Formats: sequence, C-alpha cells, structure tokens
Amino acid sequence: MTPLLSVQGVTRHYGAQIGCADVSFDLWPGEVMGIVGESGSGKSTLLACMAGHLAPDSGAVVFDTRADGPKDTVTMSEPERRMLSRTDWAFVHQHARDGLRMGVSAGGNVGERLMAVGARHYGDIRGKAVDWLERVEIAATRIDDRPTTFSGGMQQRLQIARNLVTGPRLVFMDEPTGGLDVSVQARLLDLLRGLVRDMGLSAIIVTHDLAVVRLLADRLMVMKDGRVVEAGLTDQVLDDPQHAYTQLLVSSVLQV
Amino acid sequence: MIELSDVSKTFTLHNQGGAVIEVLTGVGLSVAPGECVALTGASGAGKSTLMRMIYGNYKARSGAIRIGDVDLARAEPRQIIRIRREVLGHVSQFLRVVPRVPTLDVVAEPLRAVGVGEQAARGRACDLLGRLNIPERLWTLSPTTFSGGEQQRVNIARGFAHPYPALLLDEPTASLDAANREVVLALIEEAKARGAAIIGIFHDDAARARLCDREIDVSRFTPARAA
Amino acid sequence: MTDDTYNFAYLDEQTKRMIRRAILKGLAIPGYQVPFASREMPMPYGWGTGGVQVSAAVMTPEDRFKVIDQGADDTTNAVSIRSFFQRTAGVATTTTTAEATVIQTRHRIPEAPLTEGQILVYQVPIPEPLRFLEPRESETRKMHSLEEYGLMHVKLYEDISRHGHIATSYAYPVKVEGRYVMDPSPIPKFDNPKLSDCPAIQLFGAGREQRIYALPPYTRVVSLDFEDHPFEPSKADHPCGLCGAEDSYLDEVIVDDAGGRIFVCSDTDHCEGRQAAGHRGKDAA
Repeated sequence: MTPLLSVQGVTRHYGAQIGCADVSFDLWPGEVMGIVGESGSGKSTLLACMAGHLAPDSGAVVFDTRADGPKDTVTMSEPERRMLSRTDWAFVHQHARDGLRMGVSAGGNVGERLMAVGARHYGDIRGKAVDWLERVEIAATRIDDRPTTFSGGMQQRLQIARNLVTGPRLVFMDEPTGGLDVSVQARLLDLLRGLVRDMGLSAIIVTHDLAVVRLLADRLMVMKDGRVVEAGLTDQVLDDPQHAYTQLLVSSVLQV
Repeated sequence: MIELSDVSKTFTLHNQGGAVIEVLTGVGLSVAPGECVALTGASGAGKSTLMRMIYGNYKARSGAIRIGDVDLARAEPRQIIRIRREVLGHVSQFLRVVPRVPTLDVVAEPLRAVGVGEQAARGRACDLLGRLNIPERLWTLSPTTFSGGEQQRVNIARGFAHPYPALLLDEPTASLDAANREVVLALIEEAKARGAAIIGIFHDDAARARLCDREIDVSRFTPARAA
Repeated sequence: MTDDTYNFAYLDEQTKRMIRRAILKGLAIPGYQVPFASREMPMPYGWGTGGVQVSAAVMTPEDRFKVIDQGADDTTNAVSIRSFFQRTAGVATTTTTAEATVIQTRHRIPEAPLTEGQILVYQVPIPEPLRFLEPRESETRKMHSLEEYGLMHVKLYEDISRHGHIATSYAYPVKVEGRYVMDPSPIPKFDNPKLSDCPAIQLFGAGREQRIYALPPYTRVVSLDFEDHPFEPSKADHPCGLCGAEDSYLDEVIVDDAGGRIFVCSDTDHCEGRQAAGHRGKDAA
C-alpha cells in the first residue's frame, strides 16, 4: 500500500521566525489525522504548505495521484496543483465566508466544482446539488437561496457539500467547528464522521479543540514552536501523553 | 491470541518535577482462543493500566504486546486501528459517543466499520439491544441522556456487535440488575464458545468464577515502591 | 476642416505605436486582454475612450469612418465621436456600413455582413467577464492563464436557477478559439453569432480598465451554454415597423402618451437601406 500523502521534512520560515520545521509523516488512505497546538505553533502554516497555499522553503509533499501515482505537489506545475485542489483535494475553511461564494446561490456553490471540471448539463448539476444539500442536512428548498441567509452551522455544512461534491480523496480542515455553538458543533462533527466513513475519505484536521480530534481523528500530531513534539494514536496521545508539552496541554483542558 | 512478554510501564510527570512512576514491570501473560482470563489484584495494582496497554491506549515502556500477528507496543497507529476494528474489542466502563447519534447507530457502528451493510448491521444492533432490554422507544435517541445502567448496556451491545477474536472487558456486569447481568454473562459465554480470547476485570466474584478459566494477580507485576 | 493644432487623429505617434503594439498582441492571442497605457481623452470615461484610442491608432487618412451607438448613427455619442475624428484626422465619414473601413461601435454589430478589410472597433466598459463573480484581478488573470472557467458557468447556472432560462441577454460570454473566455462588450446576444468567423478585424478597447483585446478575421467564437439549455440568440418577436425586416435586432420605441409602441430596427443604416429599396413595415408613414 502507498501512503495517500507523504509529508517529508517540510520547513517554512517567516524571515528569521520558524513557521514549521522539518515535519514528516505519512497519511494512509482512510485515515483522519488531527494536528493540535496553540496559536503560533505552526499548525496552520503546515496546513497551508500541505494544501499548496504556501510554498515550503524545503521538503516535499507527495500525493498519490490517480493518474500518475505519487507526485511531489510542491514541485508540480501550478495548473496541476490547482486541478488537484478542485478534484482530489478539498479545503474546509474555519470561516465559511472564506470557502463559499456569498453572492452565489447554495446550488451554484455546490455546482461550481462540478462545472470547474467540465460538467455542462444543468439538470445533472442541479440534481447533484440537491443530493448534496440533503446529505449535509440542508433542505432542498433552500437550493436557490444565498448563503448569506443561512445560519453559521448551515454555511459550514454548505461549505462541506461544496467541497465533497467532486468526490475528493483528501480533505484539509482548518478549525472546522471554530466559532460554532456547541450543539451545532456536535451535529457537524457527527456529519463529518459519517461522510469520512461512508466516502472513505482521508482528512487532516487542524484545531486547538482536543474534543474535536478525540471524536474525529484516528491519529494525532502535537505541535509546539513549529515542530512536532509528539505523534501517535489519538486516544493514546491524549490519555497517555509522553511529552511535557502534551501533558500540559491535556491537563489544561476540561474533561474531554 | 493475546500474548504479553516482559512488558513494563512507567509514567513520567514532566510537569511535576519529572517524577517517574513505575507502575508495572515484567508482565508476561498469554490467552488462547476460547479462553477467558481474569485480572485480579487490589485497587491501584495496575489492572486498568494493563488493560489500557493491551488496547494500545497506554504506551508500554518496554516489552511486546502481541494481538494476533501485531505487536501493539511497536505498531503504527494504522495497524493498531486495524486491530481494534477487526480483531480486538473493548468494553470499557463508560460509554463515550458522539452526541446526537441514535443508539441504534452507536451499536451498529463497529459492524459498519468492518464493511457490514447498513441493514444487516442495524439488524444485529436491534437483536442485541432487545436482548439487553433497552426499550425500543429509546433506540432512535442518543444514549447520552440515558441512565447509567442503560448506558452500560448500550456499551456492551456495541462491544459485542462484531464477533471480535479477542475481547477486553472492564467490569462488564457492574451496575446491572440480575436479569441483565445474566444476559451479559450469556453473551460472554457465547463469545468464549465461538473462540474469542477474553481478558476481563470482574469485581463480581460469582461472574468471575463462572466465566474465567484462570486468574492473573496483577500485583505480582507491581514493582516494589521506594518508600 | 482639419484642425492643424492636433496631431493626426488626436493621439501623438508614440502613443499610437504603443496602442498598435497592444492591438497586434491582442490579434496574436485572440481573446486575451492586453494591458495598455490608456490616455486621458477629451471625453469622460464611459463615452468610448477605449474605442476612440483604438480607432485613432488604426486610422489612416484614406479611411472612411462610421460610428454607431446601439446601432444608430445619429445619437449624441455617435455624432460626437464622428465629428471628433473629422476634426482631428480629417477622415471621410459615412453612415453606410458597406462603405466604411473603420466602424466604431457601442453595443451593436451592424446587420450588414462585414467584409475583409474592414475594422470593427468596440467600446468596452468592463473587459473582464469573470469580474462580477471574482473581484480579485490577480485571481481572474490566473484563471485565464490556467483556463479555469468553471466560474463562468456558475453565472449561467445562477441565471437558469433564478429565471428558468439563461437570462443574460447582452455581454453574453464567449469562448474564443477554444481558449480564452471573452466579454464581447454589451452587445445583445442576438449579435453573438456574428462574432464568429467574421471576415473583418474586430478590436475591443476598454479605456478606464486599460485593456485591449481582439479577434482576427475568421476566428471561431462560441457562446457558452449548457447541454440542456443551449445558447439562443434572441430578439423581440416582431418585424420592423418601418422596413418590415424579420431578421434584424429591434428597438422598442414608445410613440405616444397612450403607451403606443412600435418595434424598429436598431441598425438605422440597415433600416434606411431597406426602406430605400422599397421595403415597408406596418408603421411606415
């Protein structure tokens, strides 16, 4: 078996500051990995480097492409990388506004990725949009409404539908439940868990919420000052943390 | 099926002056298919710690923990996940679930995870919930609001949904009434009969006597503590 | 009549060379928006400053110049621009499409088929077809360079979902030679088929936005659509009230205070030509 994503020595500096340093790991098909750490720990920098939003200073991010097998996405051409990011990859932003077109209807938001890969049959696109809205528990009658009329939780679910409609294999999530009410979070987490299982998705979730990774992630990576200080099975890292920082992190949180 | 050799466990408390607590040392045990072994010992002897290590939840400091063909002490997370999904079941004392998920789906999930279809998985979940006397009207509700005893039974149903070749049971009959206790004991006997290797912690002496082929006193692995 | 205080066609020669280079680049890459250093013109933005600069750059003393505004030769805008070039270039002018060598247009393509040797200059308000969906210029440029045009169809999708059909009736987006998506300027979509395979050179100038783009003769131009909602060039379902033409683009004209209205050809030259040839519509005097 080949890892779906192989991150090899990814390093990114901001001037003299370390963004993230020498991060390596393999993500296997169907795995969900959480990355936790406090603000400034480098987790968002790492995510941006992996998702192609930021070029690392050194290191490789090798993705197992459908057509050509493993390829370094850092050195591949931009058109190829952008194609990946609208087919095999998905990116769920913390703020739905960053991931949605607020001036376009819910159906248009979901349909965009389909049209971007060449769908040209209105009826089919609409049918798929309806199907996906229902899968993320948005009433099909809302298909022509703009996301501005949606609640925060609905916007986030719409963002997920928009991302998953092309059947990606890898989903990057940046604080997907940040800023949502606790009850809304629970519903979203449940939805994500179901989708991850049913679609066999692999996912990388960046968050500072240990409860989120406990529920969603198979594996956990703990970052501090741009470096990975501990990694392993999620429940093992949370229940039997080995590194001083992880122990501090776990003990600082209310019961998770 | 389950084989431990020379396993030890220490906790290093980095935030309390780096204190190192030795909990277990030189653990060796082996459980064959169809065998049920009880862990005994006084409270604090390390029964739960040992169970957690066998489940891969705690990291062993040294030694080998073999479940089938995998050494959990050295395995990659994905190997441990596969073992947990396919080979090694665990009934803990407390139910921990995603809020909002209906009881039926909570119980069916381990089957869905190994690829059983939705209908078949739900069918098996219905059987188990029925046997464990969870009223049918509760099946579509999340168990998070259930009473302690009900939660424990949901937890057991979930643990027995998939026929794991190896099972870890942490006080499976605690907080159950006589009738439900009997159902759980029968479930464990059935698992034994189909060849599951079982390790359990039972404070219920009668249950332990009825189910277990052997007892292992964990306190013999407890290192002599410096005063 | 020429005012000798101006250089020929108002702009200085260096500026014209700069604009010609942009035009040549545009012709070499059909549909691609070429940036150019748009000059201040003695008219406000929105009145055809882009088109005027392009016309000035391609004009020769031998040219015969025609200006139409929404098809008409006699509106303020058309008259002003025509007299501007009469005064600054001293070129001959005409209202007859077939006689003109350079035609500057706002929002129409003449009904009469264009021929080789003619140049049609469009005034363009907003050259970027993706602008209303993606406000970032850096991003739209990237989308053009990488041929990421899914967003264009999102706009059409929104149209259908809101109106049941593609309601965009002017500035209808096209794809040029299977490569660049282009805004054809706010011509009615009725005119879109005339963009394609046209024997004349078509030049597009956007003064405020500082962009020039072009279609060389006989370029393939396809209007975007969906398989189940194909592109349809549409017009008012009437014959012209003056000349009786069934196949020309029509303007609706209110003729009295009682709401009386007639439909007449928007292309005044076309309509007058037909009337001169004896054609009569039901509203002709």
